[in-house]
Amino acid sequence: MAEPSRRTGAPPGEPRLVGYLYALPALLVFAAFLLWPILRAVSLSFYEWDGLTQGTWVGLDNYLAVVSDPTLRAPFVHALVLVLFFCVAPIGIGLALAGLMSRVRLRGMAFFRTVIFLPQVVATVVVGIAWSAIYAPQGPLNDVLSAVGLDGLATAWLGDEVWALPAVGLVGTWVFTGLCVVLFLAGLAKVPPALYEAARLDGAGPVREFLAVGLPALRGEIAVAAILTIIAALRTFDLVYVMTSGGPSNSTSVPSYEVYDRAFVEGEVGSAATVAVVLTALILAVSIGINRFAEREVT
Amino acid sequence: MTVPLPRTRLLAVTATALLLAVTASACAPGSDDEGGGTDTAAADVETDVAAMGDLTLTVWDQEVRSGQDKQLDTLNASFENRYPNVTIERVSRSFEDLNRTLRLAINSDDAPDVVQANNGRSIMGAFVEAGLLRPLDGYAEAYDWEERFSEDVRALSSYTEDGATFGEGNLYGVPQTGELVGLWYSKPKLDELGIEMPRTTADLESALQTAARAGEVPIQLGNKEGWPGIHDFGFVQNQFVPADEIRDLGFGVEGSSWTTPENEQAAQTISSWADNGYFTDGFNGFDYDPAWQNFAKGEGVFVIAGTWLLADLSAAMGDDVGFALPPTGESGEMAVTGGTGLPFAITESTEHADAAAAYLDHITSPEAMTDIEEAGNLPVYGAASDTADGPQADVLDAWGAANEQGAIVPYLDYATPDFYDLLTAQVQDLLAGSQSPEDFLSTLEEEYTSFTGSGG
Repeated sequence: MAEPSRRTGAPPGEPRLVGYLYALPALLVFAAFLLWPILRAVSLSFYEWDGLTQGTWVGLDNYLAVVSDPTLRAPFVHALVLVLFFCVAPIGIGLALAGLMSRVRLRGMAFFRTVIFLPQVVATVVVGIAWSAIYAPQGPLNDVLSAVGLDGLATAWLGDEVWALPAVGLVGTWVFTGLCVVLFLAGLAKVPPALYEAARLDGAGPVREFLAVGLPALRGEIAVAAILTIIAALRTFDLVYVMTSGGPSNSTSVPSYEVYDRAFVEGEVGSAATVAVVLTALILAVSIGINRFAEREVT
Repeated sequence: MTVPLPRTRLLAVTATALLLAVTASACAPGSDDEGGGTDTAAADVETDVAAMGDLTLTVWDQEVRSGQDKQLDTLNASFENRYPNVTIERVSRSFEDLNRTLRLAINSDDAPDVVQANNGRSIMGAFVEAGLLRPLDGYAEAYDWEERFSEDVRALSSYTEDGATFGEGNLYGVPQTGELVGLWYSKPKLDELGIEMPRTTADLESALQTAARAGEVPIQLGNKEGWPGIHDFGFVQNQFVPADEIRDLGFGVEGSSWTTPENEQAAQTISSWADNGYFTDGFNGFDYDPAWQNFAKGEGVFVIAGTWLLADLSAAMGDDVGFALPPTGESGEMAVTGGTGLPFAITESTEHADAAAAYLDHITSPEAMTDIEEAGNLPVYGAASDTADGPQADVLDAWGAANEQGAIVPYLDYATPDFYDLLTAQVQDLLAGSQSPEDFLSTLEEEYTSFTGSGG
């Protein structure tokens, strides 16, 4: 057996292999329910397999297809568009709202906070069905448009190749703005009032005050919000499944939907696994990137 | 402060993970069973179920709509009554849920004994190729099923053993019901507009024009799901392209082509209908169910849809609704998209294949057909339209005529495993005007020839 190394900076106490024994139960659960499925998915991604007959080894072909096949590339592009709606817009709106709400002392503030947060609480499937009804050709949105004389703008929102993706994205904005506002409000609450006072004494107006004091204090919260919303955008499934099934003409297909469609509908399990692996890697990379960024700024 | 992983550690971890992945992948997924399934010769078929001892048959079906659900429950009960040693464990799911879960279940050790498997290549074809369904030819001979099911009907559940050729080879399933995609029309609306029920393409087009001018919705269409568009396109194609050609295209026969002048005429016609506003406004963003429900409420003159709406439409509209086969085009020859309800098949892994076959015989018996007709559905054979009236008589007559003339053509999305996804998107594009009829057909041709391997 190898002599345990005694580097300086190593954890105190005698390093003993028995430590792994204590971790074993958790490790087994982890391996059975996470590690094994992930490895299995990775291994499946090297095959062309219909889920029924014997699979054939195709090496990296499935991965090359993600880059070269437009029907596989498009879902990733759509996911990036959704990032704008799920992450950038809610964080922008969230900052503005939180900045405003933290300044005014209004009666019933808790009520408004709750209302803004409410979309987060509702199941996404319910949200999707409700918004599908709003976007319907004879739905409330088109009714409102024609009521104010904008009939020309009315369209079948979810049936239009140009508008379907933004329409789905906007639902994401609606859902995640509440989360961002509540996060940012909590962040602003911990800023010492003295800082604001100091800024005001230096002659800062409300906007300047927020930019100089509030915004820097929210760095951590923004990072958290960004990670949560970007992950949500990249792995969107339920909204698309309920609202458009990837249509019209695949204009709202997203990676997660593609995984489901290929694995369970089209019988292309290998390709589905590949998309899943690429998506996982992408999400991992984005989370690590944002984390790094946020931590570097703090120190 | 976080301690970054030293580069060597990171490398080691990655290498280990990759190694594990490769180890896991050392065994190729799936079984290497030969396709086709176990054959049973007619002489070996055991038909005496009572002598088989106690057994349980697990049946997976999708007969969840009210009329169908009751019908199958009744038949299951009468089978159990006849053979008290048999228990039927029925699992019903909606069509979509069944299709999604069946793939996983049929491959497992305790697969169901009898399953309803959709005819197309992506379900039944894939199962046959993987050797997961049993050929029923021996049973068909023993129970004389060829008497029951017409050739068109049997072709829709037939594959060669390797699953490569659809429409011929072994029989892999038997259906309970028939299905046609035709023209539902509102009688009061036709009266209001002063038009006769159109029997030819020219008459239909002038009827649509009259309806549009009068401010009616000529054809109710909700195509958000994509698949309703396949039916509407097929309906138009039926009027221009000879039935034989459509049949070959549906079965994915090598050498057939989408880029023919007749198909071009069909694509141009339906696209001009969309341009002229003959379909519901915003049809690509409108759901299927509300579309036909609006028709049932008196909004719209026609709906292009299947006979599966019979029970619902006649409940809502009574004798105000009628059903007709697609009008005939210049050739005067009739063609109609149709087929059967999902066929019932016997799985390879069942231990009670003979009992399962007796069950299939029971639920497709002449008595069963009477039950199905009484429940307001379209039995696959033996329909007696003289006892029915209203829309049901229309449907039964249409089914009889279509079978007699051999006019039934399969669904177009059967052609290749990916054709459903492609065709739904392409028809949406064509109707939205973002794809020209020529491009529409050449896209279909490309997928079609790359699968059938004819290369044009």
